[in-house]
Amino acid sequence: MTKAIIEAQIIDHTEITRDVYRITLQCGSFLSGVSPGQFINLYLNDKSMLLPRPLSICRAEADRVVLVYRVVGKGTKELSGYQSGGSLLISTPLGRGYDLDDVFRTLDGRSGYGRIALVAGGLGVPPMVELAKAIRKRMTGRIKLIAALGFRDETFLIEELESFCDEVQIAVENGSAGFQGNVLAMMEKQGAEADYYLSCGPRPMLKALAVICSGRNKPLQVSLEERMGCGYGACVGCACKTKDRDSGTVKQKKVCKDGPVFFGEEVVWDE
Amino acid sequence: MNDHGLDLSVSIAGVLLENPVTVASGTFSARDSGEFYDINELGAIITKGVAMEPWEGNPTPRIAETYGGMLNSVGLQNPGADAFLREELPYLKMFRPKIIVNIVGKTVAAYCSAAEKLGGADVDMLEINISCPNIKEGGISFGADPKTAAEITREIKRVTAKPIIMKLTPNVADISEIARAVESEGADCVSLINTLLGMRIDVHNKRPVLGNQMGGLSGPAIKPVAVRMVYQVRRAVRIPIIGLGGIMTGEDAAEFLMAGADAVSVGTAALVDPTAPVRIKQELIDFMQQYGYRNLREIRESFLNQNN
Repeated sequence: MTKAIIEAQIIDHTEITRDVYRITLQCGSFLSGVSPGQFINLYLNDKSMLLPRPLSICRAEADRVVLVYRVVGKGTKELSGYQSGGSLLISTPLGRGYDLDDVFRTLDGRSGYGRIALVAGGLGVPPMVELAKAIRKRMTGRIKLIAALGFRDETFLIEELESFCDEVQIAVENGSAGFQGNVLAMMEKQGAEADYYLSCGPRPMLKALAVICSGRNKPLQVSLEERMGCGYGACVGCACKTKDRDSGTVKQKKVCKDGPVFFGEEVVWDE
Repeated sequence: MNDHGLDLSVSIAGVLLENPVTVASGTFSARDSGEFYDINELGAIITKGVAMEPWEGNPTPRIAETYGGMLNSVGLQNPGADAFLREELPYLKMFRPKIIVNIVGKTVAAYCSAAEKLGGADVDMLEINISCPNIKEGGISFGADPKTAAEITREIKRVTAKPIIMKLTPNVADISEIARAVESEGADCVSLINTLLGMRIDVHNKRPVLGNQMGGLSGPAIKPVAVRMVYQVRRAVRIPIIGLGGIMTGEDAAEFLMAGADAVSVGTAALVDPTAPVRIKQELIDFMQQYGYRNLREIRESFLNQNN
């Protein structure tokens, strides 16, 4: 068996900004094969809430995983009350993360300097940390890694991303820090062009970025969000329409299993 | 007999299941579920609904959690019979459990074509879904009326020699009447219950939670309804019953057996805990050992003997 449901100890649980929590779990050696962009199913102790909560992996180290989430409903409210020292059930990593081989194949095929841009909005920011870490590990001196991050009000995880990125640009809708406005407007204004884009965030942002990338003929990978049932491919609750990059055949794929990361040009954005 | 000296086997329409734990249609994917446990542990696999042609399913969101349950409006998304036979069946054949193909359609003719085609393949039984609440045509519209339920049973029996299981809906006034109607036309088994039609409204955004507005309610919240219906149907027909609806533990499975089920299906529990089918099977074994039951018949009869 390659996957399992395991017990994890909560070793830290902190509100890092209003309603946004960072939970650190210790969970044995099951996490060795994490690829950035994957997620973990988290099972609540209150069994009246049956379904797992899928949360993207923000950091994974040997036997520890860090998840960052916002309290948006009953389940995350319940979760936010769990104290460090307690335990809960989680799945081993699920889904298909970012295809870094494709990123480096593309960049290695070019001469001169290359730029990779991580573009994230809101709760799309947490998975960028593990992604930036993985890219940094494979990067050569002629690649620059930049992050363009958008927030509604308060920012978070900036320092973590700064430790892996050559440049971090911040846009905040309410103007409390960085650029005032959304992340794409900021990129437009500051001319943040890259040779490869990796993104996670609200669907309208991903869609707008897909249009930009398609216009500039730049590759893009996006992490989609959809309401999930099981999170491992059994229930087909989280469908997304995709078209084959070669044949153009339109097909329903499972966000939890075939994704959550897809190529931008593969997603059928207008449904 | 298994290693514990217990006989967990059950014969349904001449098909011998090693144990009574099956997986409910639409909640199991061999490749995906098989990453969590050994599929050979199951008594039978009931596939997702398969139609003659591919179906796209309903718009998202298709899932909504409810207190002790969940709503789904997947709408029987499936790749069609040809793709099933090409890609799924050969994979399922690598495992030991019996294979029950769940069939869906929008017209009697479509059900029959699918039953003929899939019944002609190397499968053990067909389960006919006349109870899905999530599609506009077909599904529940055939299972909610004894006349149409009888008609579709009769027509399908004409085109296949494989045993057929009619999957019944709880969204009716009298489920016994439907069970009797399908039995009289030659159904080999009934499975019940499919989901209860339900709805959730997001009061903050003032709109239905599901993309399709309504969906099928499943999970532990519906178990008492399911047990009651199995109990009623057991008293109405002689054919075997596969009982399902909110089974989360081995004791829940025993409850369905006492109500009169011959086998059980685990559905929503496996979406919550992917390993639920094998855990429930083990818990059923533990339950049998605790009370000294040697086979499934003894569980059923112990209840009957005490309550008749």
